[in-house]
Amino acid sequence: MSSIPHDHAAGHGVDHEHAHHPGGIMRWITTTNHKDIGTLYLWFSFIMFLVGGVMALAIRAELFQPGLQLVEPEFFNQLNTVHGLVMIFGAIMPAAVGFANWQVPLMIGAPDMAFARMNNWSFWLLPFAAVLLLSSFIVPGGAASAGWTLYPPLSVQTGMGMDLTIFAVHIMGASSIMGSINIITTILNMRAPGMTMMKMPLFVWTWLITAYLLIAVMPVLAGAVTMLLTDRHFGTSFFNAAGGGDPVLFQHIFWFFGHPEVYIMILPSFGIVSTIIPAFARKPLFGYASMVYATGSIAILSFLVWAHHMFTVGMPAAGQVFFMYVTMLIAVPTAVKVFNWVATMWKGSMTFETPMLFAIGFIFMFTVGGFTGLVLSLVPVDIVLHDTYYVVAHFHYVLVAGSLFAFFGGIYYWLPKWSGRMYDETLGKWHFWTSFVFFNITFFPMHFLGLAGMPRRVPDYATQFTDWNEVASIGAFGFGLSQLIFLYAVLKAIRSGPPAPARPWEGSDTLDIRDPAAGELKRIYLKRNERLMMEHATRRERPVPAQRGANMRTALILLSIAVVLFGGVIAAGYSGGSTAGIGVLGFAIIGFLLVAILRNVRR
Amino acid sequence: MKRRGAMARGAMKSAHPLPKKMAGTAALVVALVPALAQAAKEYNLQAPVTPIATQIFDLHVYIMWICVVIFVGVFSVMFYSIFAHRKSKGHQAAQFHENTLVEVVWTVIPFLILVFMAVPATRTILAMKDTAVPDLTVKITGSQWKWSYDYLDHGFGYYSNLKTPVAQIEEGEPKGEHYLLEVDEPMVVPAGKKIRLLITSSDVIHAWFLPAAGVQQDAIPGFVRDDWMKFDKTGTFRGQCAKICGKEHGYMPIVVEVKSADDYAKWLAEHKKAALAAADDPNKTWDVKELIARGEKVYAANCASCHQPTGKGVAGAFPALDGSKVVTGPKDDQIKTVLNGVVRNGQPTAMVAWKSTLSDIDIAAVVTYTRNSWSNHTGEVIQPAEVKADRS
Amino acid sequence: MSVTPTGAKPYYYVPQPSYWPITGSCALLLMAFGAAAWFNAYAMGPWLVLAGFAVLLTMMFGWFGAVIGESEHRLYNKKVDLSFRWGMSWFIFSEVMFFAAFFGALFYVRNISVPDLGDLGQKLLWPDYTAGWPTNGPYLKEVFTPMQAIGIPLLNTIILVSSGGTLTVAHHALKMGHRGALKFWLFVTVVLGFTFLGFQAYEYGHAYSELNLKLSTGVYGSTFFMLTGFHGFHVTIGAIMLSVMLGRAFRGHFDAEHHFAFEAAAWYWHFVDVVWLLLFILVYWL
Ligand code: HEA
Ligand code: HEA
Ligand code: HEC
Ligand code: CUA
Ligand SMILES: [Cu+2]
Repeated sequence: MSSIPHDHAAGHGVDHEHAHHPGGIMRWITTTNHKDIGTLYLWFSFIMFLVGGVMALAIRAELFQPGLQLVEPEFFNQLNTVHGLVMIFGAIMPAAVGFANWQVPLMIGAPDMAFARMNNWSFWLLPFAAVLLLSSFIVPGGAASAGWTLYPPLSVQTGMGMDLTIFAVHIMGASSIMGSINIITTILNMRAPGMTMMKMPLFVWTWLITAYLLIAVMPVLAGAVTMLLTDRHFGTSFFNAAGGGDPVLFQHIFWFFGHPEVYIMILPSFGIVSTIIPAFARKPLFGYASMVYATGSIAILSFLVWAHHMFTVGMPAAGQVFFMYVTMLIAVPTAVKVFNWVATMWKGSMTFETPMLFAIGFIFMFTVGGFTGLVLSLVPVDIVLHDTYYVVAHFHYVLVAGSLFAFFGGIYYWLPKWSGRMYDETLGKWHFWTSFVFFNITFFPMHFLGLAGMPRRVPDYATQFTDWNEVASIGAFGFGLSQLIFLYAVLKAIRSGPPAPARPWEGSDTLDIRDPAAGELKRIYLKRNERLMMEHATRRERPVPAQRGANMRTALILLSIAVVLFGGVIAAGYSGGSTAGIGVLGFAIIGFLLVAILRNVRR
Repeated sequence: MKRRGAMARGAMKSAHPLPKKMAGTAALVVALVPALAQAAKEYNLQAPVTPIATQIFDLHVYIMWICVVIFVGVFSVMFYSIFAHRKSKGHQAAQFHENTLVEVVWTVIPFLILVFMAVPATRTILAMKDTAVPDLTVKITGSQWKWSYDYLDHGFGYYSNLKTPVAQIEEGEPKGEHYLLEVDEPMVVPAGKKIRLLITSSDVIHAWFLPAAGVQQDAIPGFVRDDWMKFDKTGTFRGQCAKICGKEHGYMPIVVEVKSADDYAKWLAEHKKAALAAADDPNKTWDVKELIARGEKVYAANCASCHQPTGKGVAGAFPALDGSKVVTGPKDDQIKTVLNGVVRNGQPTAMVAWKSTLSDIDIAAVVTYTRNSWSNHTGEVIQPAEVKADRS
Repeated sequence: MSVTPTGAKPYYYVPQPSYWPITGSCALLLMAFGAAAWFNAYAMGPWLVLAGFAVLLTMMFGWFGAVIGESEHRLYNKKVDLSFRWGMSWFIFSEVMFFAAFFGALFYVRNISVPDLGDLGQKLLWPDYTAGWPTNGPYLKEVFTPMQAIGIPLLNTIILVSSGGTLTVAHHALKMGHRGALKFWLFVTVVLGFTFLGFQAYEYGHAYSELNLKLSTGVYGSTFFMLTGFHGFHVTIGAIMLSVMLGRAFRGHFDAEHHFAFEAAAWYWHFVDVVWLLLFILVYWL
């Protein structure tokens, strides 16, 4: 691929093309534009973050005091399980894919993703999987309640909610696999001439490796939950000792997925941080090559450490020792990364706009989380910390102050380019500092709770844990409120922010920002409508059999059916998920589909 | 991080001075919520009471210090740089971007540090795994949601149920000192003896977790896992189930009373006698009152957590027994349901088999009780002999 | 139309907006809801699944139809073709990992959990269980006969391996431009594929009715049916893919250079082939 078609549109007549492209909501449903899809991913993930966050707040509210105040224990378990699943599969992973969709093509000079139509599907599977997952709350027996790790036999005991969760996991897995194939192919095949692998921005590298991890482990998770499904309903004995199976088998398969999964959640963040730090230090990234090798080593090692989540199942000493050593080894490449970031700042000429603040906050607190991970990797210590709040503290440090903070930084960093408008720096700083402070108030005390022996996944606790739990709960609400600042800052920027300068960050050095005069990038600073029309023109340089576009009427029909669908869900909820409710729901969906199909078939 | 004197968990409640290290965080917290001034009571592992736990404690302190030192080192550099190399101070950016020597050095040094962590950790692992030549073997079985202890060497065993009253949990009654960490019958072991634990489960995975002893072992249904502990001193130590096991996971406490050899011998003798006395005469015919009274207890201890004390169950998860077709139908069906549990599609459901947990009399009693409680008025009386006949 | 400095027209086909993806999502949602309802004994379930499946088929016809149309319009250049190759390779890699999960489970039960259950340490729970393979575990008492390797499985091995051969012949024919040979050998491949499936269906019937070997026959039954079942499912998909290729061949699609769809189906078929060889060795034979 030699150059970027987008800019060919400049000065090209667009009106006659226009008709084939649906507008309004249909534009978003049918889009094959990587930028649109990236935007969809990011909004979806933010919404899921709020959904999961509200569940976290319910958890924290219940844990504010010992005793049962707000929720039943069973419902508490459901909240916790779905909180974990929603945050991981709904918030963090899709956000990372959103960044990849926006940035990978821009950073390597590709016209779009390799499989633009499939890209649309990767995204549009997610809201449906989310519906599936969240609707499990209203079916008889409620949502899955065995923890996000879904360990059998507990997960074999529960009701229909578990099945919905399993299918949701299948669908989200399919989405991740398709998304990753797309990203990996784009990177391998569609780099602009001269963009050799070792010249790719580090963000692209981290995503290349992340995509590889995803393709390798998502199918394994699919296999694990499939076995769970057959154990639940078809009498297989994979996880049942009576038939010769073993509950621990599930744990092995799950964590073979699960550990690479945690690096899937952190590597793109590493990439974002590696983009931001040099930009604001006005100095090239230190140790590019060693960063690439470190990322690769982390990925390879991540396949060999899974049983560090299972030190208490009673494995032989040899197993414990092996998994302990390999786990500890991961600290080495991670150390390289941390040192390289610090060395990049060293003797730079630093400024501290919001993206930089988040990046620095990331390094600082991710390292705290990394160190507690290291503490957990030592088998004897893990024996007394496993399944306590110490683990909860560890993973929120790496996930919230790690992944999530890097994503916030990334949004502030690229928003000027994506929307053409600048965010409000004061708001951004407020968002950072409140998040930083409240985050630590929420999660730092959890280390003490864990050390003192408070187990995780409990709705109630002994009185000596009260004080720190109160602190954590207060912090959680503060942290939640801080996120409203973010929402406000982003909305304000998109709607009424001042136009962003041609090169928003003077220090940035990647293809996407470096040269705003290039035809491709000019487009970014145009207003949305103009931009869209230009894309339409460039999309199709050769005549293609045209598909019918959507019109107002279809949109209306779909909308009304969506309302019925929603009504169906509510009905199902009120009738306790009785057949009638599910029936209404089913018909609503069928109706929705019929319209969608008719739209397509009537060429 | 000096280790505090070994004390029982409960004895540690006295106000502890704010450790310096915590002062920063605490000050913040205090400024925020004055009422929480006492918050920093706990900041390290529980005081260890076994040799293994002591090793773990020391290992943790050692590792923590290494981490703190590295942390301070790395971030001193970073914050110095943030302070000194900023544009507002007019600092010009250097343009270097690699240095092979430095990069190799800071790959090798962390590696070496890790070796220094791995060696003591490995030593402790090997010690932890050595379950040979125990003085006493206790089988521990987790079930939803209580633990049972079987003294295999002495041929008796018993259940250990949560003792905290519901009113404290749900109705905001003042919470007792050992809220949630108290049981009717603790596990009792002698100090200074090596106790081998055979840990298993009868339904889902639980985990037997006694932090002060440095023991956590998953209880896996269908498998026995072994572990061991040896207490330095007497006292009462508390922990709880650590693996999510369903709705009552938070209410599955573990209490171990460590007695001196003499006290333990006394306890053992008493317990054996009591166990013998409790063994009922299987051929006795029981009258309704006796059965219902006993059944009420059995129900409260075993069934009420799911089917609720009201017999109304939990919609969607646990069927109501009040008015249930099974409970008001033919009695043999119900006896068999309770004996064998409910199996669907070849998988046991939450309704597990009770035949190995409950005696004929207990089952007869609980079935009689359920058939004559709430709105169920079958008037039937089930004798232990009938249960016996339905076994097999 | 602007032109790059080299004078070549930059080009990568980016499809226009499409409804098919959302249709597919709806189909999966229906099927998932339906299956969950079905497994929990709601009468609604099977119908929802059926409806979902119908929608899914529609979507596949439409989507693949669009792709074929674009391909036949020669909208895909070399670059796009290469993308397809990468894409298909990574997809097959993901399938490999899916099977790896099940082979891993087989490995684990045979080498770890079953021996452990028969071990001294577990006598407390299972006093009279002796470990061995095949087994349906320490608790299920039903007697069953394991599946033999010699017989239908061996025959099926021969069938599948030779179908790989005939497919390669067909591919060569396509590259040489021998359309007749292409159609013939492709047809033979498809026939062999469906023959394999027929035999496997027969074998399952035999297992259920005569060997008392079922999905619920402990871990042996579980691993046996899940592994061979998923394999059979993949053979079905592969055979359908090849049938489509056959249909397209009859319609005059493909030429010596331009036939990636055919190759993708062939890759897939060979992958399924290799999985079978592993199955034959690890599940039937050893
Ligand atoms: C983004 C996600 C993420 C990341 C990056 C990590 C990173 C690490 N994790 Fe974590 N982990 C989770 C997410 C993550 N984890 C989650 C979600 C769980 C719980 C799952 C559940 O049960 O629900 C978990 C649980 C978990 C456990 C199991 C605990 C238990 O259940 O008992 C363990 C044990 O070994 C562990 C270890 C580690 C280690 C060693 C690292 C390392 O990669 C960290 C490496 C980083 C550093 C060490 C810091 C930087 C280095 C330096 C500054 C250099 C110098 C350092 C030295 C030489 C020491 N993690
Ligand atoms: C990537 C992931 C991610 C993220 C971002 C979070 C975010 C948060 N998590 Fe989560 N968490 C997990 C992943 C994550 N978590 C996982 C994997 C588990 C394990 C699950 C299991 O055990 O199976 C877990 C478990 C877990 C527990 C342990 C529960 C238990 O073991 O019983 C707790 C308890 O405090 C907790 C708290 C929080 C809080 C307070 C936040 C906060 O950061 C959330 C902040 C966000 C909001 C609050 C929403 C935004 C704001 C609004 C909608 C406005 C309204 C707000 C107000 C009015 C205040 N989480
Ligand atoms: C862990 C939770 C749990 C405990 C404890 C429990 N049950 Fe159940 N019970 C269930 C569940 C779940 C079912 C429904 C099983 C099914 O039909 O799938 C059930 C079903 C029953 C039924 C059949 C009711 C009907 O209408 O179908 C009876 C009778 C019964 N239990 C009695 C008891 C007795 C007596 C005890 C105590 C000795 C007890 N249960 C303890 C969970 C439990
Ligand atoms: Cu038992 Cu948790
Ligand atoms: Cu891990």
